[in-house]
Amino acid sequence: MIKTTSLRYSYNFEKEISFKDLLIEKGEQFLLLGESGSGKTTLLHLLGGLLKSQRGNIEVGGTDIANLSESNLDRFRGKHYGFIFQRNHLIQALTVEKNLLMAPFLAGLDQDSARIDDVLEQLGIGEKKHSRIQDLSLGQAQRVAIARAVLNKPAIIIADEPTSALDDKNCDKVSDLLISVAQQNNATLIIATHDQRLRSKISNLIQL
Amino acid sequence: MNLVLLVFSYLKARLLNTLLNILLLSLGIAVITVLLLFSNQLKEKISDNTKGIDLVVGAKGSPLQLILCNIFHIDFPTGNIKLNEAERLAKHRLVKSAIPLALGDSYQNFRIVGTNTAYADLYQAELASGVWWVSDLEVVVGAAAAEILKLKVGDTFESAHGLSKEGHAHAENPFVVRGVLKKLNSVIDNLILTNVSSIWKVHEEHDSINVEKVFSDTSILVPTIAAGDSTKEITSLLIKYRNPIAAIQLPRYINTQTNMQAASPAFEAARLFSILGVGVQALNGFAYVLIFISALSIFIALYNSLKERKYDLAIMRSMGASRTKLVVATQLEGITLTLFGSLIGMALGHGVLYLFTAFVAESQKTGISATIFYKEELFLFGGSLLLGIICSLIPSFQAYRTDIHKVLAGN
Repeated sequence: MIKTTSLRYSYNFEKEISFKDLLIEKGEQFLLLGESGSGKTTLLHLLGGLLKSQRGNIEVGGTDIANLSESNLDRFRGKHYGFIFQRNHLIQALTVEKNLLMAPFLAGLDQDSARIDDVLEQLGIGEKKHSRIQDLSLGQAQRVAIARAVLNKPAIIIADEPTSALDDKNCDKVSDLLISVAQQNNATLIIATHDQRLRSKISNLIQL
Repeated sequence: MNLVLLVFSYLKARLLNTLLNILLLSLGIAVITVLLLFSNQLKEKISDNTKGIDLVVGAKGSPLQLILCNIFHIDFPTGNIKLNEAERLAKHRLVKSAIPLALGDSYQNFRIVGTNTAYADLYQAELASGVWWVSDLEVVVGAAAAEILKLKVGDTFESAHGLSKEGHAHAENPFVVRGVLKKLNSVIDNLILTNVSSIWKVHEEHDSINVEKVFSDTSILVPTIAAGDSTKEITSLLIKYRNPIAAIQLPRYINTQTNMQAASPAFEAARLFSILGVGVQALNGFAYVLIFISALSIFIALYNSLKERKYDLAIMRSMGASRTKLVVATQLEGITLTLFGSLIGMALGHGVLYLFTAFVAESQKTGISATIFYKEELFLFGGSLLLGIICSLIPSFQAYRTDIHKVLAGN
């Protein structure tokens, strides 16, 4: 599913980070571990097509995303990826439902209201469909962010510190949901984290 | 979900700011709309009312006053001219036609004009009811005057001297209404028309005896009296030239060779408008300042909210939105504000003018309407949309430049 070869990245052409080659199969779940500044986020953004790679290849499902044009990469991201970040980054001006509808709208897919009900139900926040974002708790908001990431049934889910802002109880719940939702959608899951609480849940590790 | 819905949600999320920006712009647009409607219609009225009148001849004084008094009926007469002098002028070879006007009396602030039916023909006036006057002390009432004074065929009233209600009443010679005119949206709507000799009759001494006489040679201006009568006076003469040469020769002849003065309605109206124009320009300038401030305010609002929304923009990019889509959304936000601002502004402009014409009696006399639309308003509308695009240029460039990696890695 994801294959990288001799991937390197440098900021300001001073310190170059080189990444070891990766091979991740479809449906596999990986934890990306490393100290702050070790290039976790850089690698994650490279894999997610949020950052253009400077050297090396990233093949995703047979497409070399390093060679896609900017607008093609935008489209590719929308169709094949789901992203979750440390903060939920939900759009405050929209309700839960409209936030979720943004995913198929921006990816150019059909907007299916039944699919939203399903996903919210799966994540246990079915009754929050019409809530405003500011009325949600932190854990609920992160679950909405997960719902948004999986709504388009992406092949790859990329999560950057998805649990580090949550307390133990919410961390447990949210990570369990994330893992099971990814499994149900047969999506490849890559979580970058320094949160030791997740180590017990995913055994595949990429150590930077 | 679509871009319009997204933009509206963003605007709704900071409703107060949105309403303030729309209000600010709409005030500027409203002022411009009112001025546009007002000055355009004023120009039209002036040219309508002066149509067919090349020259006004009256007693010496201010030429502008002569025009205001004898064409627009909003000022006092400059004095009287001798009928026999007026007759001589009416027979001049350069004069195609001459209409006498005898002013001085009014009824409830509506001016009574002693003239002949040629004056009514000048404005293509037609009777809505009744007949034209046949003998003295019979009147035909303009549509607006009839409506406000509640006069109908067969009613009688007493005129008062001057142009105010308090003037000396001519109780011994009441007028009788013989006809009412159709509405024409010109100055004639506010007039009460009669023949010239009625005006004389009202002002005659109480003891004078009026004897019907038959003349061998009657006056061409007032057929009921003899030509060359040296005692009678009228207020003015409305003249139409026979040929273009008259425009050069006739005013000079009148102003230098007679005791009367001649004033050109076109020239005096242009002079009047250039005086008014200063005020219109000042108000227009004020409106443009308002619009400039509102544009600045819209720009600042968009710029700030784009900064607040940098995560929204980055996350939308991560979900597949192209740069172009974000630029369009930002532009759409600016345009939506100016679109509503201009629509509300124009509605406000027409509305204010409507209330003004509905409740201010003096404005009804001018015949200005709030329900006329000019093509300049389309330019105003188009300009507002352009303003929206300009205001959102820099913010949409911000949106375009959004670096997904930097924003999302920055937390």
